[in-house]
Amino acid sequence: MSLKERINAANEEALRRIVAADPVLVDVAPAGDVIPGLEDRMILHSGPPVTWERMCGAQRGAVIGMCLFEGWAQDPAAAARMLAAGEIALEPNHHHGTVGPMAGTITRNMWVWVVENRAFGNRAFCRQVESFQQFGDHSPDALAGLEKWRDTWGPALGTAVRKMGGVPLKQLVARALLMGDEMHNRVVASSSLFANAVAPHLVVCGLPTEQVVSTLFYAGNHPFLFLGLSMAAAKASMDPVRGVEASTVVTAMARNGTEFGIQVSGLEGEWFTAPAPRVQGLLLPGWKEEDAGLDMGDSAITETVGWGGAALGGAPGILSFTGGTAEQALAFSRDMRGISTGLSPDYLMPALNFEGTAVGIDIRKVVHANLVPVIDTAIAHREPGHGIIGGGIVRPPMECFTKALARFAEKYQG
Amino acid sequence: MPTKVENLLQQRPVFLIVGVRGFGESLRDAGHQVVFLDWSPPAGGDPKLAALLDDLL
Repeated sequence: MSLKERINAANEEALRRIVAADPVLVDVAPAGDVIPGLEDRMILHSGPPVTWERMCGAQRGAVIGMCLFEGWAQDPAAAARMLAAGEIALEPNHHHGTVGPMAGTITRNMWVWVVENRAFGNRAFCRQVESFQQFGDHSPDALAGLEKWRDTWGPALGTAVRKMGGVPLKQLVARALLMGDEMHNRVVASSSLFANAVAPHLVVCGLPTEQVVSTLFYAGNHPFLFLGLSMAAAKASMDPVRGVEASTVVTAMARNGTEFGIQVSGLEGEWFTAPAPRVQGLLLPGWKEEDAGLDMGDSAITETVGWGGAALGGAPGILSFTGGTAEQALAFSRDMRGISTGLSPDYLMPALNFEGTAVGIDIRKVVHANLVPVIDTAIAHREPGHGIIGGGIVRPPMECFTKALARFAEKYQG
Repeated sequence: MPTKVENLLQQRPVFLIVGVRGFGESLRDAGHQVVFLDWSPPAGGDPKLAALLDDLL
């Protein structure tokens, strides 16, 4: 069999595994109880590996926030000293079967969504999405949101989800795509569908009324609630694709605000990185272009599985957040087909005649077409201490893909 | 009777523009009929990457 034939067969297998994925929300639990290898005095973060010295401002702010949240430091200055002294371990979420939005920070007492891929038996994890600490805000108000999630909402949702015997996510995502979501920054429909599904079980699960009511308000009014779930579902769907010998399919795209990194199935365990790009988009009132940090977050796992930018054509509502036109959104979805392995039979876009979203980004096709995937994303400040400042569209650096292709040739051509 | 070539030369030309849209846009602005074909050299014209892709894609 020629190398080309081996690659094509491997990519068909990768595509089969992505399409077969069956993500089910099975629990909401403390990260320390469920994430493999998450130790005390360790912070998981988004993107490829990064040191405190090279970390961008927003991610620095977020890890300082986690030191305060865990009680490891009493004030931000003390936290920064501990981090600079190397007293806190920093590891990528992706090395622990996990993803996190924006700075992506997760410690043992942060509660996480637990999603099981029932087709393959693996589990993936993601923390909740909010608009402050994950963007680098470590103020008492920002940390109060994390505490509420830890003490009230997370435990209540976990109880309800276990009572339900899990929440199948494949059907829910497919339905939300028909309702104008793209599962990255437009998750209004999926958040509502999830809140509707979980609400009656919350009411009858025997928790104190005050906790139930608070959780119903939280779940029913959080426009980004489902992003944590879609990220965990995407991660759970993509992890079985890792390590398919000779496959050129991308298994992760992730950014830490300093570097953009990708991982490739047939090159398991390696990162291919380049400087993080600038996001083109809309800033909230009061912020200027020079305030914006560079691209950050594990949320591009949604584009990796074929949602987000690949599904933009079916989600024109998101353009109020990212900017751009409906024609451009349709073109983005069409373009992604040219650099992918196939189309999803389950995740359909009405605006594109119910055709499936593009699945299985192929590094060969990206380099050949000189066209990188499109990602819609939020924007953080370049300095620590701020919440969300905007949203927009970003493209990964081509250098990540050319580096991966060169390494692939080195490994497999010999 | 005019030949096919003579017939062709008596009609208004239709321009097929491959890749570089700018060439066709000025013709279109001048009133000519233009058909655009999206094309770019493989790997953005990088010969080393194109050679790699010959073996892999």
